[in-house]
Amino acid sequence: MSIVGEAAPAAGSNPWWPTPYRVERRVAETGDTVTLTLRAPTGTAPPAFAPGQFNMLYRFGVGEAAISIAGDPARPTELVHTVRVAGKVTESIAGAAPGETVGVRGPYGTGWPMDDLPGRDVVVVAGGLGLPPLRPALLAILARRERYGRLEVIYGARSPKDLVFYDEVQAWRRRDDLRIQVTVDAAGRDWYGDVGLVTARLPDARFEPARTSALLCGPEIMLRLTARALEQAGVPPERIFLSMERNMKCAIGLCGHCQFGPDFVCRTGPVFPYAAVRDRLDRREV
Amino acid sequence: MTATGSPPSDRPRLDDHPFFHGFEPEFLRRLEPAVSERTLDPDAILFREGTPARAFYLVRDGKIALELHSPGGPPLTIQTVGPREVIGWSWLVPPHRWRFDARALKATRLFAIEAGPLRAAIDAEPLQGLRLLRQLLPVLAERLEMARVQVLDVHRR
Ligand SMILES: Cc1cc2nc3c(=O)[nH]c(=O)nc-3n(C[C@H](O)[C@H](O)[C@H](O)COP(=O)(O)OP(=O)(O)OC[C@H]3O[C@@H](n4cnc5c(N)ncnc54)[C@H](O)[C@@H]3O)c2cc1C
Ligand code: FES
Repeated sequence: MSIVGEAAPAAGSNPWWPTPYRVERRVAETGDTVTLTLRAPTGTAPPAFAPGQFNMLYRFGVGEAAISIAGDPARPTELVHTVRVAGKVTESIAGAAPGETVGVRGPYGTGWPMDDLPGRDVVVVAGGLGLPPLRPALLAILARRERYGRLEVIYGARSPKDLVFYDEVQAWRRRDDLRIQVTVDAAGRDWYGDVGLVTARLPDARFEPARTSALLCGPEIMLRLTARALEQAGVPPERIFLSMERNMKCAIGLCGHCQFGPDFVCRTGPVFPYAAVRDRLDRREV
Repeated sequence: MTATGSPPSDRPRLDDHPFFHGFEPEFLRRLEPAVSERTLDPDAILFREGTPARAFYLVRDGKIALELHSPGGPPLTIQTVGPREVIGWSWLVPPHRWRFDARALKATRLFAIEAGPLRAAIDAEPLQGLRLLRQLLPVLAERLEMARVQVLDVHRR
């Protein structure tokens, strides 16, 4: 991946120190979710990232939150994040207007197993805000589409008005080198698409289970049901990858906030193979 | 059409639908007189909530929306049912009344099996009946998971 300019010193000498980025663009995705495009300080570029990694975004006087990188790996000068208002930190980040400053440190965590995917069918299942962390992986696959087998995307959201990256999803629907199914939990009469769980769409997805890798991101109950269904369909559990979210504080493996069984999600995650987390997923409070 | 009607091979058969794959031919033959085909135009209502559930419907192609109505509110689609899927179990469980409306979202073709003869066939051939229940349980399980997801509102962080 090429980087333009010198990398900003985000995770450099002092790993706690955020670099001030400027909000360049702010797009409202839904009533409570926005996509921010951030610019690194003049003369620098955002550090290279792997699809699936996250940054810690900071608002002065409010606090920090872990937010996945949602941008196109082929456009390394633009740092893109999609943020849903969950509490005071995300509210402040989502409210940042163009020209305002957002602190950034990262990128952190393991990414999607991009090296594992060439030559294989790829099934991507996103629930709600699970799409933004998967978007860099999807764009990377689409940029070198010939290297992969079939590409099946299933995207579920709470309601039609909660769908993010709507225009891009519509554009993907028109492509003939990927199949995308969109489903929602409930809808009014103005929705002619599917209503139901993402797992209900799996039987309509076309893939060869034994040669499939699957990337899953979304609410934990959805991850559990989907991983189980994929394994039942014959996808090897070590080829099913889930992005697990846990509350983060330091994001550098020091504070233990993100503990998930024996793992610190900020270090060994957020992406885990299903085979490694299946037992923990089936237990509560891990 | 000839005097003897269309040749039997022209008639769509119940075991063309994945729900009935693997059933005894004898059992399917017993059901045959109770099976009819239905075609719905977009927006047509298949049945309404509270009305007697007189048939078991299997979708062949198209799409059906299952809708809930709350007083004063707009209808809410809680599930769509497409090709190779089936609609509900109210025909099996007393009081045999539908718990939701079913409306076609596009042109849709279905098999309808009359509920009375279907229940009688299940009673008469318990092994096939058990098989049918085992086919139906995942439909029920999925609806339960769906309700759980809707109640927990899992997409909210
Ligand atoms: C690896 C990772 C990637 C993430 N990517 C994104 C993203 O791309 N976009 C985005 O909007 N959010 C993302 N999140 C979630 C985001 O970090 C939290 O919503 C945020 O920290 C909440 O902070 P707050 O102060 O706004 O709310 P708080 O007041 O701290 O919390 C509000 C509510 O959200 C819950 N919550 C807090 N953190 C999380 C979490 N990590 N997962 C689920 N629920 C949580 C709290 O329990 C509480 O109920 C990600 C989290 C992780 C760990
Ligand atoms: S957030 Fe501190 S150890 Fe992971």
